[in-house]
Amino acid sequence: MRQPPLDRFVRLVSWGSTLLLLASVATVIGFLLIKGYSSLSLKLVFGDTPPMEALLLRRPVFGGLFPAMVGTFSLVVLAITLAVPLGLAAGIYMAEYGRGRIQRALGLFFDILAGVPSIVVGLFGFSVAVFLHRHFGGRIYPCLLISALSLAFLVLPYLIRTTQNALEALPEAVRLTAPALGATRLQNICFVLLPRALPGILSGVILAIGRCAEDTAVIMLTGVVATAGLPRSLFSSYEALPFYIYYISSQYRDPEELATGYAAALILLAICAMLFAAAALIQQRLGARLHQRL
Amino acid sequence: MDGERIAQKVFLLAAVLSASVTVLLLVFMVILGLPLFQGGLFLRILTHPWLPGRQLFGVWPMIVGTLAIASLAMAVAFPLSLGVSSLIAVVAPGRIAHLVKSAVAFMTGIPTVVYGFVGVFLLVPLVRETFARGSGLCVLTAGLVLGILVAPTMILFFSDALARVPGSHRVAAEALGATPAQVLVYVLIPGAWRGIVTGLVLSTGRAVGDTLIALMLAGNAAQVPGGLLDSARALTAHIALVIASDFDSLEFKTIFACGILLYAFTAAATIAVRRLGRKGEPVR
Repeated sequence: MRQPPLDRFVRLVSWGSTLLLLASVATVIGFLLIKGYSSLSLKLVFGDTPPMEALLLRRPVFGGLFPAMVGTFSLVVLAITLAVPLGLAAGIYMAEYGRGRIQRALGLFFDILAGVPSIVVGLFGFSVAVFLHRHFGGRIYPCLLISALSLAFLVLPYLIRTTQNALEALPEAVRLTAPALGATRLQNICFVLLPRALPGILSGVILAIGRCAEDTAVIMLTGVVATAGLPRSLFSSYEALPFYIYYISSQYRDPEELATGYAAALILLAICAMLFAAAALIQQRLGARLHQRL
Repeated sequence: MDGERIAQKVFLLAAVLSASVTVLLLVFMVILGLPLFQGGLFLRILTHPWLPGRQLFGVWPMIVGTLAIASLAMAVAFPLSLGVSSLIAVVAPGRIAHLVKSAVAFMTGIPTVVYGFVGVFLLVPLVRETFARGSGLCVLTAGLVLGILVAPTMILFFSDALARVPGSHRVAAEALGATPAQVLVYVLIPGAWRGIVTGLVLSTGRAVGDTLIALMLAGNAAQVPGGLLDSARALTAHIALVIASDFDSLEFKTIFACGILLYAFTAAATIAVRRLGRKGEPVR
């Protein structure tokens, strides 16, 4: 069948752009796989230290990615621990209590915060560190805690919105049953609404974890360094996987070091892909469950 | 009943605390950059060139650099995104659309630094050899990669907007004998224009605010770029590069000017999008 010119044009453009986009992503992933796969090994992660000894923190690792991976892990755990309670509570307020102008104004603030570039959030963290350094005896420098706090601010608006949306998406019947049986507002939230909204909230948290793990701009202003070993305390500098990748891309000394950069990029990509898959799986389950009930 | 009241207060407090971060961000930058706001210095910093040898610390080249890289990224991402979201909406709905949409959603999760790293070792040599000029670290390289980076977000916005056009409009056009492309061009895109503009504005904010791509791929020369193959420094990259310099110098204070500028731009974009959204609501 012969198509009108407009249809042929639209088909051409849409298929063309789709193939172009998919091809560029395939190139990115393929390039990393080809260059990085061969250097993936236990030695890459642990250097010359026996893996078990390193994992139990008995012996330090030199020349491996282990300290950077531990740094990223501690960063993510800290940031999420700081952000989730606050984000959840604020999201509950927005969905269940907030009304009218106050809610709209708060929403505007969250939207602005969500749009602020991560380097500006990093600059804020840096400024906070400077402020604390001046006013509290000069012992505070940019460090793990400051980075985690900044990352928490970065993902906070995101957590608030996913919590709010997950709660607001619940069907009216679910919302009204418990109060009709005499439950208070708080009981309704804790025992009915939150459990029902949990999959939505959880997938939001997982995506926030991904953002904390991949962000480089925030941490490069707030305490990450190229070589620090394992983070010793909340107030020490630390290494992180994304910063290591950035650092290697401009400062590598020999092909071997460059190979570790490829492998590190591959590991970070794999971590983010797994987090994404987990979030997608939870959302899919949620979708299936909702369809069942309807 | 008391527990109820306390809980409500706690939730409100959390919301207010979170919102105050938005304000604190700006306040801290203004306080630390305070000397910038005396005697028209702020304006001079925004309009002067960056010539440390002559004690001129202006960020005008970085403003132009950011605009150049972000515009190129948008010029790449916009047609690409419109094409892909058309495929999802009308050209190949069903299984293929679902697959493409999943792939696009996955792309939003790929770390920025990974794009930058691959750009450095794949695209930079390619650009250098193709044009046989400069180092390959230039506006073109950064703009292309940034375009690919922001496209997935834009596609999700666009296909959301296209999918929200009421089905009855679509069916009516089809009943009049419209082909899928005619439905797209005359019904879906005009009906979804608010969503499309929203996606465009928010993606521009992302392109302007991105640090790593410009920092790794644009070369970071503090000069006004004269062409696509020239090196340029973005506002975001400037912050990352100058942060290590002497704390009390004017050079250092310029990063707060950059920070305030970036904040103002993205906040304005957010407010504009909210206005647009609210005006759109009563129609439906």
